[in-house]
Amino acid sequence: MTAPPVAHPAELGRARLRKEDARLVTGQTNWTDNIVLPGLLHMAFLRSPHAHAKITRVNVAPARSQPGVIAAFSGADFEGEQGSLPCAWPVTPDIVIPNHPPMAVDEVRYVGEAVAVVVARDRYEAADALEAIEVDYEPLPPVLDMRTALDEDSPKVHEAGNKSFVWPFANGDIEAAFSGAPVVLERTYRQQRLIPCAMEPRAVVAWCEGDEFTIWSATQIPHVLRVMLALVTGIPEQNIRVIAPDVGGGFGSKLQVTAEEVLAMLVTRKLGRPVKWTESRSEGNMTVHHGRDQWQKIRIAADSDGRIRGLDVDLLADMGAYLMLVTPGIPLLGAFMYNAIYKMDALAFKCTGVFTTKMPTDAYRGAGRPEATFAIERIMDELAVELGMDPLELRERNWIKHEEFPFTTIAGLTYDSGNYEAATAKAKDLFGYDQLRAEQAERNAQGDPVRLGIGISTFTEMCGLAPSRVLGSLSYGAGGWESASIRMLPTGKVEVVTGSSAHGQGHETAWSQIVSDQLGVPFEDIRVLHGDTQISPKGMDTYGSRSLAVGGMALVGACDKVIEKAKVIAAGMMEASADDLEWTPGRFSVRGDPDKSVTIGEVALATFAAHNLPEGVEPSLDSDHIYDPENFSFPHGTHLCAAEVDTETGMVTIRSYVAVDDVGKVVNPLIVEGQVHGGIAQGIAQALYEEAVYDDAGNLLTTTLADYLVPSAADLPSYVTSRTETPSDNRLGVKGVGEAGTIASTPAVVNAIIDALHPLGVRDVTMPCSPEHVWRAIQDAAETGGAA
Amino acid sequence: MTQITVTVDGTSYVDNVEPRMLLVHYLRDVVGKTGTPIGCDTSNCGACTVLMNGVSVKSCAVLAVQADGADITTIEGLANGELHPLQRAFHEEHALQCGYCTPGMIMASADLLRDNPHPSEQEIRDGLEGNLCRCTGYENIVRAVRRAAEAGVKP
Repeated sequence: MTAPPVAHPAELGRARLRKEDARLVTGQTNWTDNIVLPGLLHMAFLRSPHAHAKITRVNVAPARSQPGVIAAFSGADFEGEQGSLPCAWPVTPDIVIPNHPPMAVDEVRYVGEAVAVVVARDRYEAADALEAIEVDYEPLPPVLDMRTALDEDSPKVHEAGNKSFVWPFANGDIEAAFSGAPVVLERTYRQQRLIPCAMEPRAVVAWCEGDEFTIWSATQIPHVLRVMLALVTGIPEQNIRVIAPDVGGGFGSKLQVTAEEVLAMLVTRKLGRPVKWTESRSEGNMTVHHGRDQWQKIRIAADSDGRIRGLDVDLLADMGAYLMLVTPGIPLLGAFMYNAIYKMDALAFKCTGVFTTKMPTDAYRGAGRPEATFAIERIMDELAVELGMDPLELRERNWIKHEEFPFTTIAGLTYDSGNYEAATAKAKDLFGYDQLRAEQAERNAQGDPVRLGIGISTFTEMCGLAPSRVLGSLSYGAGGWESASIRMLPTGKVEVVTGSSAHGQGHETAWSQIVSDQLGVPFEDIRVLHGDTQISPKGMDTYGSRSLAVGGMALVGACDKVIEKAKVIAAGMMEASADDLEWTPGRFSVRGDPDKSVTIGEVALATFAAHNLPEGVEPSLDSDHIYDPENFSFPHGTHLCAAEVDTETGMVTIRSYVAVDDVGKVVNPLIVEGQVHGGIAQGIAQALYEEAVYDDAGNLLTTTLADYLVPSAADLPSYVTSRTETPSDNRLGVKGVGEAGTIASTPAVVNAIIDALHPLGVRDVTMPCSPEHVWRAIQDAAETGGAA
Repeated sequence: MTQITVTVDGTSYVDNVEPRMLLVHYLRDVVGKTGTPIGCDTSNCGACTVLMNGVSVKSCAVLAVQADGADITTIEGLANGELHPLQRAFHEEHALQCGYCTPGMIMASADLLRDNPHPSEQEIRDGLEGNLCRCTGYENIVRAVRRAAEAGVKP
């Protein structure tokens, strides 16, 4: 009891190597597709080859007699039990939310929609038997362009029409801002449709034993999924256990309640045997929800000195054929971010959600915020050209100064903290901004056929989703809190249970670091448990850069409660008054008597033994805490991109990329840097490479990774990353980093390309800025005399 | 069904397989080597890369019957009591996040270093072009391969 205190270095800010890696680098992993159970059967889905058609007949009987086939079902076989896949975000009172059966019964509305399922002994037999199923379709006209989908003579995706909702938002006098403004610019930007492409395809295993269901799924949201599966199927929630084992990336694509998860539950119930389904990549590209897909009309009004007066945004957002879990809410997450880091007098925003006969869209890394950031950062560059100003100078003239925080923006959000000056100064320095501008001027003067462009993105984003009351005010169907539990084990070790289910983010490491600091228990003595509703019964899961800012704070709250409980017991152990005890992480000592102390481990053991606890004290230090944030957090940063654009071939090469991010306090700089790298890569992928393309009949042309160009190491540059650190106002000072890179990098790259081509009259290149798109933009500008 | 004899991570197996069975399905579903994952169906992603007679192959692009008589090394057989230098380098450089591409990335890197023990950054990027990662942006993967090269990886 009198051992001298062990020096315990702070974990916060320490580049700990990850605990997760040991199993991941050796192949000792537990992906959903690895799971084998006694009597396991395999499912394969027959999917619609039509974008839009009536189903007039389905005959699954011939499949049932194929080798190895145990059962085959069509949509009619699930009548009365399959329910409708949920949309948890009815954004307006009059929103149209169409019925969305997991398996189509009467009509299909996108290529890839499931129409039948075969269950067989192995995956080969299941796939083979699909060919025996007979389906008769009566084709209907597809609806493929959201811009004409609202025309009166457009074919209808649903009986109620092609408009799902119109969501307006305005603050300030937008009329006054635009009338008489010396400069008004209007642009239309295209956010192409993207496919998330997490490396692990979706997979689900479902097992019904008696009336108890266990669902293993490659999901980001085991907790949300459990609630939703209960609501969709009517199976009581207490009879459903959802497990997210090792999950190989999500990027929003696994923030979903999928048809296949629901159908796996219903099939295992019908057959009384466990079933597995693992998608192929081609199947996944068609039927994992897509991202982005918006047309953005944006108008900006400014004074002649560059001060922004107002911003008016009119969005068309492609919902696809149905509304999935948070489909309609995604573009609205951007509504509050169009004003970005800038001050202005007025903001108007309108979003129209449109149905088409394509795969539904939903959350994809950044979810609404990359789109908003792209549009504002692009038009800021255009405004700079219009005014003949340096684009960084224009931004600085308008951004919120560091001494003005906390700052309530025109969108009504209160930005907690930030220092745009510091991040920008650091980025300019690392980038060599002035030298590159000089080189650019020289090369332009020489008429170099390879143009140098400098792209800027001074972004912010809203993360730490989310204060529950704000979600309520936006008609979202759930809260935004997060849960944590701390279990003090008799041997002084600690189990940490988190409701934030990780799939690559490194929670096991970062959460150990936080708890180690709070409780003074060694990093190695802490085990983090997550992703199983029986082990971690409460949670809101992982998306929207929320885990640390919300889930991390829940840990701090739970640790506080452990310390409170331990203090009473420690006082009893030392025969002192609890009021006289001092806590330094890991140890209670008696004030004024430094020799008298007990460690948290000793208190844990005494609590376990419970021989001599103070009267009325329960023998447990275990504590739970739910943290509901007061506000979002607002990371920001300055990303600068130098691009070489070959005007003869349209080829774009990124020459250098500098990212200075301010994500508040950092728990683990290694993990933060990794998130920034990966985020930048995904944003560059949107700028240069990726697009989900449908043909005129509504067939997805980019079903494989040969057609959908997820970039490789050879396609991407090396990044220079650095940070500034402006703490948030939560106790850890943390903000969030999961989406920052993706939000920042797309406009940085495209701004660089346009900056290079501006002297040639190019004002926009449609993403992805492939050699063809760039080359055509140059030719069009030449033909129209540079007025494009 | 065709009988094949395959050595996987040092153990010899004799199995009857369908001629159409992919090597990756043989490894995962028959031998139980689930450390090798599947990321696509067109041989683009490289997640399923293993060494066949010391040379990297995408095991979704090889039939099990083609591996008859072959010596296969998967990510599970790479460590020899302690982590292979590439496994250690991936850990130390934080070259993985979700870890799904990691087995293939490490096996492809092993073949890259066998071929070119001291690659430049560009040679690493070009050498790993057939392996996709969605999490890391490749920066730390390149660093890890350089680190392993500096440590002198023996194939």
